[in-house]
Amino acid sequence: MIVQQLVNGLTIGSIYAMVALGYTLAYGILGLINFAHGDVYMVGAFVAYFCITVLDLNVIVSFIISLVISGILGALIEFTAFRSIRTGSRSSQLISAIGVSIILQNAVMLTMGSDTKPFPKVMNTSVYEFTNITISSTQILIMIVALIFMIMLYFLIYKTRVGISMRSTAQDAAMSSLMGINVNKVISITFSIGAVFGAAAGILVGIYYNSIVFNMGSSMGLKAFVAAVLGGIGNIPGTMLGGIVLGLAESLGATLISAKYKDAFSFIILIFVLLFKPTGLFGKKEIEKV
Amino acid sequence: MIKVENLNIKYGGIAAVRDVSFQVEEGKIIALIGNNGAGKTSTLKTISGLVIPSKGRIFFEGNEITGMKPHEIVKKGIVHIPEGRHIFPNLTVKENLIMSSSSRNVTKNKFYEEMNNALQSFKVLKERENQLAGTLSGGEQQMLAIVRGMLQAPKLLMLDEPSMGLAPLVVEEVFRIIKDINNNGTTILVVEQNAQVALSAADYGYVMEVGEIILHDDAKSLLANPQVKKIYLGENDD
Ligand SMILES: Nc1ncnc2c1ncn2[C@@H]1O[C@H](COP(=O)(O)OP(=O)(O)OP(=O)(O)O)[C@@H](O)[C@H]1O
Ligand SMILES: [Mg+2]
Repeated sequence: MIVQQLVNGLTIGSIYAMVALGYTLAYGILGLINFAHGDVYMVGAFVAYFCITVLDLNVIVSFIISLVISGILGALIEFTAFRSIRTGSRSSQLISAIGVSIILQNAVMLTMGSDTKPFPKVMNTSVYEFTNITISSTQILIMIVALIFMIMLYFLIYKTRVGISMRSTAQDAAMSSLMGINVNKVISITFSIGAVFGAAAGILVGIYYNSIVFNMGSSMGLKAFVAAVLGGIGNIPGTMLGGIVLGLAESLGATLISAKYKDAFSFIILIFVLLFKPTGLFGKKEIEKV
Repeated sequence: MIKVENLNIKYGGIAAVRDVSFQVEEGKIIALIGNNGAGKTSTLKTISGLVIPSKGRIFFEGNEITGMKPHEIVKKGIVHIPEGRHIFPNLTVKENLIMSSSSRNVTKNKFYEEMNNALQSFKVLKERENQLAGTLSGGEQQMLAIVRGMLQAPKLLMLDEPSMGLAPLVVEEVFRIIKDINNNGTTILVVEQNAQVALSAADYGYVMEVGEIILHDDAKSLLANPQVKKIYLGENDD
């Protein structure tokens, strides 16, 4: 039973980690919390849904189209909602993010409807049984896709020129511009990458639970935010681990304590982290941003 | 090479620099000296595009650059090593140097060759190339900032208080490097509170006080100037 919950926890934890990276990237580069990020995750799922059901496109193509559109959306959100108030107060940034969130949810609700949509079956779900655990092919898919995405991100951030520019901009934007970096461009790219991760997670969740709804980003957004804070917001490897830990804690808590409180666990964890280790479990004293 | 005309800088309505004009001739070392708050840093920041002037114009090689973005200005060959060095503490020494290629139009191979040559002549940096730059000593960080600036292949190199916080021997070393850079054909504009050191290295000097240029002359004459001696060199004119 417990081993089974570990598998489930790892699956949902991979999703949390992917969405949480969007928060961490935005925070790392601009020091702001993009509370519209959960809705980008939702839009990602809906774009794929639209491509598959309405346009009748193949799954992989739909996945890619959704990531591209979401990437553009991420950059657009930064440009319209955050750029002009980059040096403004936290509260104006928060309000701006909430505004974007309302716009995205309503846009999807008005165009696609407010009911829960059945996400099309994209693969034959087979279930593998081992001695005392079962693992489904969708769970394996989720973990593999998440792993591939995280390895790619790690490579991008730590091994490429774009990655160096992202880290330098996070550390010292003015100096980066003196080095010849177009800081606005780097910030756009960073938001795009975060959005792509959110959208990919949204599609995976659609496949996993077979259903999507216009406000699905609200609770996921909050949980992924908790995961980011748990791992150390701004810290990429920490955020990845934070997502996994949150997924595991939730699944184990549901079994060992009570399933009724499943959603409450993440907020209890958030409160404890903020009280006792505000830089996160894996945060250093000084957070290494992006 | 660079010509600044009637530069005015304001921060929130308060004037920091008023009607400053000066020019830097190609191949020379020009020193800009003055006390705290004189407006030296603001002037450099305006040339490199970090600060937008409220009035005045800046020309580089005959073309106006006023109002251009920092990443565009640096591509024209104006490199600014700011006050406090601003190395990237969480990047390695090597990654800090790799940043220099951003403003340049060179192949990766050519750039790496230049970088490795530079590292050969700065052994302290070579030995620490994979170390986070934030762990370097102050002197090493200043070397890193200068080497990083050099790898940007400047036509004009602007340094803001390169001597700050360094021991006298290291200051000498830094200025020896600055003179070397100049001998290899790079024009230098150096801002300093340490007037003695800066004027000894420079060809020509400007003295700034509360936002205005109050004096300018050959560096040698400034060193001998009683007013400069009294205020900036801590000597009494007897
Ligand atoms: N970002 C800013 N906002 C408001 N005022 C500023 C800002 N930067 C500089 N100032 C003001 O402008 C004036 C000139 O400052 P600046 O840094 O250019 O002087 P400086 O000659 O470089 O001094 P120092 O030798 O101490 O570095 C000062 O009065 C300073 O307080
Ligand atoms: Mg200064």
